[in-house]
Amino acid sequence: MSLKGIPASPGIAVGKAFLFDTRQFIVTEKAIKQELVPSEIIRFEEALIKTRSEILAIQKKISHEMGAQHAEIFNAHLLVLEDRMLIEEVIEGLKKEHKCVEYIFSKVIEKYIKVFSRMNDEYLKERTSDIEDVGKRILKNLIGVQEKTLSDLKERVIVVAYDISPSETANMHKQNVIGFVTDIGGRTSHTAIMAKSLEIPAVVGLEKATSRIKSGDTLIVDGEDGVVIINPDKSVIKKYEAKQQKFVEFEKILLDFKDTPASTIDGHRVEVSANIELPDEVDSVIAHGAEGIGLYRTEFLYMNRNDVPDEEEQFEAYKKVAVKLSKGPVIIRTLDIGGDKFLSQLKVPQEMNPFMGWRAIRFCLARPEIFKVQLRAILRASVFGNIKLMFPMISGLGELRQAIKVLEEAKHELKNRKMSFNQDIEVGAMIEIPSAALTCDLLAKEVDFFSIGTNDLIQYSLAVDRANEKIAYLYRPTHPAVLRLIKNIIDSGHKENIWVGLCGEMAAESGFVLILLGLGLDEFSMSPVVVPEMKYVISNVKFEDAKKVAEEAMKLSTGEEVETFTNKRLNELVPLLKKIRKK
Amino acid sequence: MLIEKKLTIRNEQGLHARPAAIFVQIANKYESDIIVKKGRQGVNGKSIMGLLTLAAEKGAVLHIKVNGADAKEAIEELEKVILGEMP
Repeated sequence: MSLKGIPASPGIAVGKAFLFDTRQFIVTEKAIKQELVPSEIIRFEEALIKTRSEILAIQKKISHEMGAQHAEIFNAHLLVLEDRMLIEEVIEGLKKEHKCVEYIFSKVIEKYIKVFSRMNDEYLKERTSDIEDVGKRILKNLIGVQEKTLSDLKERVIVVAYDISPSETANMHKQNVIGFVTDIGGRTSHTAIMAKSLEIPAVVGLEKATSRIKSGDTLIVDGEDGVVIINPDKSVIKKYEAKQQKFVEFEKILLDFKDTPASTIDGHRVEVSANIELPDEVDSVIAHGAEGIGLYRTEFLYMNRNDVPDEEEQFEAYKKVAVKLSKGPVIIRTLDIGGDKFLSQLKVPQEMNPFMGWRAIRFCLARPEIFKVQLRAILRASVFGNIKLMFPMISGLGELRQAIKVLEEAKHELKNRKMSFNQDIEVGAMIEIPSAALTCDLLAKEVDFFSIGTNDLIQYSLAVDRANEKIAYLYRPTHPAVLRLIKNIIDSGHKENIWVGLCGEMAAESGFVLILLGLGLDEFSMSPVVVPEMKYVISNVKFEDAKKVAEEAMKLSTGEEVETFTNKRLNELVPLLKKIRKK
Repeated sequence: MLIEKKLTIRNEQGLHARPAAIFVQIANKYESDIIVKKGRQGVNGKSIMGLLTLAAEKGAVLHIKVNGADAKEAIEELEKVILGEMP
């Protein structure tokens, strides 16, 4: 059997599954005396209250990290938890049978699980897992068992879990984990980020992994295609082992390129940088040979907490990255909340259309007291390395000027406090809104650099919600409209002698990189793991050829045509890439 | 006050998922006891699990008994859910 999920970290793993379920235990049937019934009822109520606050906490966390729609499922969990019939049946059972509440409760919940799993309706059948989930949580709180941890793994395993939290990953016996498989999550979830920085393959968002996979099952995790195969035949294992071998070889060949500067055969030099979220990821940035950090997302500092990080804390986080990456530039993007990233402590109201709503720079300009704390922290850290500052979601010159004004105020405040900072810190605008892309000739006069945020630029210019799988086919980085905007941004920047970078997923695809290189892009920023591949591509082509590819691509009429053409040219110009990549 | 009503489900999805959740949410606003019967099977109308175990498809006839001080208001609002007039 195979399950399809979201590929979150590349590579292939073949090994034994370890079901990391913190909620499995044995319930024993124990008789109790009549007079103990009331105290058993109290224990039950306490367990319900505890479970409720646990579910609410998880819901909040998931909602922050992955968006409200992922947290929706927990509303169903709460309904089960608060269900009157269930609670009444348990209390009646206690009074009648005089058995411990764990036993009575597990009987009642088992009854419901049985009823639901036999239903004809697909939707109701799926609710079985909600009931199971809540049931296990309540039982855990009744029995009070110690949660299992990943710290004492005895052999090399693939961890299968509902979700893997950062604290669980921190305790994990890392040498013995060769892959991650989770029920929930997306490309940007914690598990995905961790897996990438640990360089182990991961497939997330499989929905039913924990109910279909048992500990000890043999698994194949294909982190490139997002597939997990349960108990495969020997021939399938062989096939994947071969693919794994190829992947390892591919990585090895590519890693040889990590220390070569990103320069084309004919000497055109560009910069290859990495995107990070956590200060700890700097190690991976260095290990993969990225020259700098093209995008340091600062939202993570604000996540999973009830307050806003103060100036000292932010200063330390930025300083740490700047010091570690002594030479390379570190581009810090100011707070980009809203869209799909929400923080409850900042009290941004729910909106109908959050991606076009009160987010990023719009929020920051409305809340200068929060914005300035971050700006001062970045400025103070700027003396410890090569820090540049970037404003997200700039829609036009007026907004950019406002942001720069607040920055000047922050500088002034630091001067009054007699604190040192880099007076000439480079300031850039992230170009991710079509209105900015079309007026970047004006913007270019007032900033030191541009960084094209293609993830949002594509969704805004094509009117395609990037999270909606039904219209995913329309989300095309090679759509002529997108390419024209990108060309305009690069040309306008160069006309004013500023450099232009790109920090979206588009920089992580060899074919697209070929076009971008040809269009004259100066800096490419991507997740650290793909840095060696892009360096390999760049150093194996001639700038002249890339320019011709870009020129031809700009003449084509559809995104599909552009993709077919560039992939064909990529194979001709860098034939070895395909050879080492595929079998 | 005891009010009884027989209602046929018109909602395409039957009394599943969202409609059932809405029914339970509304039922819980009222003090009255609410019993929902399909055939001989009767469940507490304030229980999502009870309601879902009825597996009431489109066309099923539900017998709703509401007993209490606010029975009138309760049945009026619940009727709207069953008749698919609520989202």
